[in-house]
Amino acid sequence: MLVRRSATVNASFGFVGIALFCLIFADLEVTTLDPWTELGRMAWGFATPDFLAVDQLADALLQTVAFAVLGVAAGSVFGFVLAPVFQHFGPVRWVCAFIRAIHELFWALIFIQMFGPSPLAGILAIAIPYTGICAKVYAEILEEADLRALKTLPPGAGRISTFFYAKLPDVWVHLKDYTFYRLECGLRSSAVLGFVGLPTLGFYLESFFKQGHYSEVSALLILFFVLIATIRLWMRPRIAWVYVAASPFAIAAGAGTTTFEWVNVQRFFTEDIVPAPLRNAEILDPGAWLNFGDWTWALLSHQALPGIVATILLTQIALVGTGILALAFFPMISDRFFGRAGRTVGHVFLVIARSTPEYVLAYIFLQLWGPSMLPAIVALSLHNGAIIGHLIGRHVNELERRPDAPKGVNLYAYEVVPRVYGQFLAFLFYRWEVIMRETAILGILGIHTLGFHIDSAIADIRIDRAMLLIVITALLNIAIDICSRNLRRRLRLRSTPDAA
Amino acid sequence: MLRKSLLAMALAVIAGSTALADSFVFTAIPDEDETRLKQRFDKVADYLAAKLGVEVRYIPVKSYAAAVTAFRNNQVQLAWFGGLSGVHARRLVKGSEAIAQGYEDQFFTTYFIANAATGIAESKDFPKAIAGRTFTFGSKGSTSGRLMPEFHIRKQFGKSPDDVFSRVGFSGDHSRTLALVQSGAYEVGALNYKVFENEKKAGKVDPAKVRITWTTPAYPDYQWSIRGDVEATFGAGFKAKVRQALLGMKDKMLLDAFPRKSFVAASNGDYAPILDTAKSIGLIDD
Repeated sequence: MLVRRSATVNASFGFVGIALFCLIFADLEVTTLDPWTELGRMAWGFATPDFLAVDQLADALLQTVAFAVLGVAAGSVFGFVLAPVFQHFGPVRWVCAFIRAIHELFWALIFIQMFGPSPLAGILAIAIPYTGICAKVYAEILEEADLRALKTLPPGAGRISTFFYAKLPDVWVHLKDYTFYRLECGLRSSAVLGFVGLPTLGFYLESFFKQGHYSEVSALLILFFVLIATIRLWMRPRIAWVYVAASPFAIAAGAGTTTFEWVNVQRFFTEDIVPAPLRNAEILDPGAWLNFGDWTWALLSHQALPGIVATILLTQIALVGTGILALAFFPMISDRFFGRAGRTVGHVFLVIARSTPEYVLAYIFLQLWGPSMLPAIVALSLHNGAIIGHLIGRHVNELERRPDAPKGVNLYAYEVVPRVYGQFLAFLFYRWEVIMRETAILGILGIHTLGFHIDSAIADIRIDRAMLLIVITALLNIAIDICSRNLRRRLRLRSTPDAA
Repeated sequence: MLRKSLLAMALAVIAGSTALADSFVFTAIPDEDETRLKQRFDKVADYLAAKLGVEVRYIPVKSYAAAVTAFRNNQVQLAWFGGLSGVHARRLVKGSEAIAQGYEDQFFTTYFIANAATGIAESKDFPKAIAGRTFTFGSKGSTSGRLMPEFHIRKQFGKSPDDVFSRVGFSGDHSRTLALVQSGAYEVGALNYKVFENEKKAGKVDPAKVRITWTTPAYPDYQWSIRGDVEATFGAGFKAKVRQALLGMKDKMLLDAFPRKSFVAASNGDYAPILDTAKSIGLIDD
């Protein structure tokens, strides 16, 4: 062969190869017998949204915004404080990697054990992982600051003034944009936390969905799409503080208010998370430690290991699915390919696909194809493909254009895709870890990912088991994160997600 | 505009949310139509408040486990639990007890249902033909949707459900089990008989698509459990007062919230069979 393929192309083929290999082991059978009645009911429901049926609609929206605002505000403030030391101080980096490796839903489940289904649990469930994410991304943004300003400083300028006067102004816009992108993510997290009991949109969404009240589901989803799509209209940096100040009051008024007892927190650390064989046992009792060995081994061999395999299979296939769909979706919102009307349709489609919780998508595909990995793969690919497609589409619109650019397929294949491919891979590798975290919530499909086993342990009130599995999940996520970072470095991809 | 209304709203509600001290709080597991929980149980709260002479509030929860946690953390003092969640809760809270159960809960059953296309007919004996099919339980923490069906499956086949069926799912709730089996997404499932009967009444069961294949023997299910320390807060004799109020609930509109014909007295001992069953299939450690 004379043609030498680039490293990015090789990497892409590598990932497709891995996904094809995973497909051999994945269960993709279609087993439905008669999906059309239920699907018909869904279609009818989605076509006839019923905005009047949900009495607490306004409150649910308010709560969704309030939790997101407070969680993201706390996460970004702590992240900002940690960012300057992030690159230089190992422990900060490790702690941040660990806390962002745990899905918001699992944080919520942990805090619910301590605080009950209370607002504090919800805010912390968003704020903690977001601190880890913001610290990392802010640090990367600061790293890329233009250093020319630094050179103009007089010798002996203090570290703090250097930071605030030379470094920060250069990257301020970038930080702000990223924080706003986080707020959109925060709204999604906040809504999804309703699934475990926060009084946000997800709370009602899940109830109606379970009952098959699809007109109500439709109304809730439409409101949620509008909320996300109009974020730039109702939230402005200038008035952000008003939202932050008002949110605690909105939350205090919500349904979840409960009392706080310190003994519950204490109990969580001294009893709940202590492995069952060691609880109430003498510390030197060899019998207890033998039992602990059996307990650990049983958990690892029956749940953790099969869970890891299922999680990796699903993640690798969904990652490639996401990539393919993102490449297919991005032209929809690009002015290089579509006119105003076409782009509007594209935007609506992408907002719907990326804002509908994967769980809802998976359930629809479950009806269509029956329980297997297939609904999960399609749901994850569609959701994440729409997110990356959206980001790439915006990126394409900002590219400089040549007057002699080709049109249509040639423009797509020979100009646009090659120019954005590096950025595309950067986003995709960023999303890798996120996709893995999201596999957690698809246990309903009978796919026994790690998340499925964590959910089971919580349902059985076996917090000790849940904690060990959560830690294993976090370590797996960190491993993926390291792979992703090394790959991005090797391929010289821009490391910062130029999200907003 | 928005920020003004947001602020106004926030201020309006802090005023309303300060009088929460020492109110008697209860919850109920979300086993069925969750969408009107608040409306349904707020009426029950009003009834209890009138009978008990204290402020009574209801808080909604999203899962069986959350109901148990709220009870354990003393965020609720009274709860309408399922058989298994009640056993869990009372093991975790010393001195707590089951004080009343629904009339129907003395002899509750689970239906095994199958999609009509499987050709599995209704039978008196356990339908062994369900082996090798796809199967869905309800919620992982449910007595009628998980514990009892798993117990019978293990008893009949001597194997875990994962080894008996080609796929095993957890639909998350009884209504959804019905919807999934009816659509054939899963071929066979098990659910709370009352939910099935209610859905049938509501016209959501198509006999051409889904049928009952087996009914389990009876077992004790839902019950009201109360924390042991309520009398320290609300005075001696409070527990008996709560029990009296529950047993005396005659208004059909209130009872429909559960839905039960009436409430009868219950005790922790009534649920020994549930505890034994849970231990026998490894859901609770000895």
